[in-house]
Amino acid sequence: MIVELQLNGRPVRDDVAPQTLLLDYLRDRHGLTGAKRSCDVQVCGTCTVLVDGLPVSSCCTLVADVDSRDVLTIEGFAELPEFERFERAFVDHAALQCGFCTGGMLLTTKFFLDAGLLGTNEEIRRGLSGNLCRCTGYHGIVEAVAELAGANE
Amino acid sequence: MTIIERQPLAHVGRSVPRRDAHEKLRGAAQFVGDFVVPRMVHGKVLRSPFAHARVVAVDASEAEALPGVVCVLTGDDLTDLDPYWGHAIKDRPIVALDHVRFAGEPVAAVAAEDEATAAAALNAIRVEYEELPVAGTIEQALADDAPILHEGPLRPGLFHGLGELPPREGNVCYRYRIDRGELESVFARADLIVEGEYSFPAVYQYAMETHTVVAQVEGEEITVWSTCQHPFLVRAELADLFAVPLASVRVVVPYLGGGFGSKSYTKMEPLTAALARKAGRPVRIQNRVDESMVTTRRHGMRCRMRTAMTNEGNLVARDVDCWFDTGAYADNGPRVTATGGDAAPGPYRWHAYRVDARCVYTNTGPAGSYRAFGAAHLQWIGESQIDELARRAGLDPLAVRRDNLCLPGEELRNGAKSLDADLIGDVEQAAAAVGWSEPKRANVGRGVSVGLLAAGAHPVSTAIVRLEADGQVVVLVGTTEVGQGPRTVFAQIAAEELGVDVEQVTVRGTDTRFTPYDRSTGASRSTTIAGLAVQRAARQVRDQLEEIAAGDPLEPTAYPELLRRHFGFTGGELIGSGEVAPTGTGSYAEGPVFWEVCVGAAEVEVDPETGVVRVRRTATVADVGRAINPQLVQRQDEGATLQGLGNALFEEMVFEDGQLLNDTLLDYRVPSFADLPNEMTCVIVENEDGPGPYGAKGCGEGALAAIPAAVVNALADVGVPMQELPLTPERVWRRIQTLKEEGKWPR
Ligand code: FES
Ligand code: FES
Repeated sequence: MIVELQLNGRPVRDDVAPQTLLLDYLRDRHGLTGAKRSCDVQVCGTCTVLVDGLPVSSCCTLVADVDSRDVLTIEGFAELPEFERFERAFVDHAALQCGFCTGGMLLTTKFFLDAGLLGTNEEIRRGLSGNLCRCTGYHGIVEAVAELAGANE
Repeated sequence: MTIIERQPLAHVGRSVPRRDAHEKLRGAAQFVGDFVVPRMVHGKVLRSPFAHARVVAVDASEAEALPGVVCVLTGDDLTDLDPYWGHAIKDRPIVALDHVRFAGEPVAAVAAEDEATAAAALNAIRVEYEELPVAGTIEQALADDAPILHEGPLRPGLFHGLGELPPREGNVCYRYRIDRGELESVFARADLIVEGEYSFPAVYQYAMETHTVVAQVEGEEITVWSTCQHPFLVRAELADLFAVPLASVRVVVPYLGGGFGSKSYTKMEPLTAALARKAGRPVRIQNRVDESMVTTRRHGMRCRMRTAMTNEGNLVARDVDCWFDTGAYADNGPRVTATGGDAAPGPYRWHAYRVDARCVYTNTGPAGSYRAFGAAHLQWIGESQIDELARRAGLDPLAVRRDNLCLPGEELRNGAKSLDADLIGDVEQAAAAVGWSEPKRANVGRGVSVGLLAAGAHPVSTAIVRLEADGQVVVLVGTTEVGQGPRTVFAQIAAEELGVDVEQVTVRGTDTRFTPYDRSTGASRSTTIAGLAVQRAARQVRDQLEEIAAGDPLEPTAYPELLRRHFGFTGGELIGSGEVAPTGTGSYAEGPVFWEVCVGAAEVEVDPETGVVRVRRTATVADVGRAINPQLVQRQDEGATLQGLGNALFEEMVFEDGQLLNDTLLDYRVPSFADLPNEMTCVIVENEDGPGPYGAKGCGEGALAAIPAAVVNALADVGVPMQELPLTPERVWRRIQTLKEEGKWPR
């Protein structure tokens, strides 16, 4: 089947098998390997991308379901001017270690900040709890996101 | 208190930003699963559905005939080699030959043009099994009529490092015993004795990146791109297995998506290489989470312990029996068992102790390394007994520790390195951080814990530092960047020694074809040992520069000019090499290289109606000698704290008749943001008492042993002593009901 979508701000058109997962499509067809596979069951969030601005687990989403939608991966986000302040906050607070969860973490954070849903530490902890990180102990991520949320006000 | 005069350093001791942050934040960092090798095909593994069975026949003909299938590997393809591997004990065939010993054991592997075809081909392989009785638990494996998993004598692997391997006794593949003093007479004279039986669950390391290997075999040349922590040990095992020279095996390691021990030693590399050998094309095998869960895990353990004290609060004796469930193959079980045995007495001044630790085969997935192994298993038990003794004697648990802990310089174990840390100072700081002496509400308790981990592994590392003609510095060192930050720390060390900016130094991943030997990335050894090799290599470059400068001042901006002077044109490079080896440096010979401090404290609140334990405050002590990058040290401790909370509160692999029941992240829960304690403190202690560069010693594991112990003690402080982890609400609630029946709750 043919899908047409906006991928990181550029129109793409591809012939895909109907059962193709968005995660495999991004990684194998477009070489966008920033979205990672881990749990495969929508628990860990490391495969997160934004579809029309909403966080989606690409491991459990068919590419057919994002036909004519707008998909943003970490590679696309990194090209946006606003990325710089996310980067600075994550670097300053050492909010990453292995980096495997980091792309998903940043995209989920972007969604919540865009929606104005993160203010208190409690909101940050609740908002991001769909993204696992096994390395950092989360503390640095909370600090980084709190700084970003503060800057938003 | 000692005041240490510290020489001011330019880069060491500063929280410089991670050198890999830019790539990782942009999704540009490459992991093994991200790159594609030309002509590469996809591998999938057929795994045994039975925990214990004879393999009567494997028929792959139908699968091989499917379009898109390149080949199917079975035991029949291995007749030209000795197919057994295992760094401690060579007990494991590349694929099952005629016997499967755990559910999930590879029986065959398919290489196909795409993953879907490979998966379909697995369904077309016909295997005839004959089921055998299952020894799914330690008890079943030790029973008189237990099925014996491995027949014949044990064959030592290349890196068992355990002296003479004792002979196998039934399903016990390794036994580690230590003792001191006249145990029974000391117990007979003691005033107070606490004893109990304890159990510790099997847990999954869950590095978010699963085990992934790309292998390519061309004649004698074997190349693997692998998610491995110890590239040089993998290289040696592959060379041994395929009977080729070391230099014919090339192991390339990019970034790893976490390890925590799960990617130590050899895992999926032999199978992937054997499949690539048959396919004649590069093959990638990428585990799914359920496959990684049966590739390696942490040992479950049973323990019987008793500890004795005088009425005055002198700890006098401890007696420990423990059994580690290593699963169907030894993996790192013998080392885990020995380390557990060494951790069991704890760092106290005993008159007598006895430890007997056994490593037991069972029909479950193999167990290997996981952060703070051994110490994580035993510390919570020993420390909870000390608290119980303190309660019975009416003493403050902190005071008991103050009176009985070994002091710096004291001998801990016969012949081992003496204590190189101030444990009393450490535990007092941890206790203070959770408000030790503040008043407590009902159902709130506090606990501390102290332990040591024999760290450093084998101290063999080499490093090369290259100063390029443009003044840039490249560090070649075989340490794996698992997330813990060596590429940043080594850049700081090299920058310090050469006076350049940290940004001028590049540290990349390992390619054993070019990178010099490093023993392994684990046991908290990299900063201490590989870091020392980097420091020595950088100093060698500086010596060369001094010689070329011949008395002129050594300004980093002038390095390109000095190279031009030396080589007579714009080019050339200066190369320094550094080595760390156990001989010639004295203190390394006695081992461990250093004692990693495992000190922590916790404050918990229990809801007696539901049994839910909420951890409110934690504190850990990173007694690191010298923090080369304090922020990275702190983040290491925080990561280990959260893993410790998972292990203490809810992580547990549940097996039934050898079958893993919770093999997805839906049923196997790991800590999330919601599990963060309200307050998490990391105290960094810098006494410059480590053997590494600038007085550094390793960190990052201790908290994972200390936190479960502190949580258990804090819960006992509320009045709920527990002898089984994890502390699930159900278990805690049931315990409270029993205490009520015994009239012990509320206290
Ligand atoms: S891989 Fe998609 S949520 Fe875990
Ligand atoms: S940084 Fe490794 S999983 Fe988050």
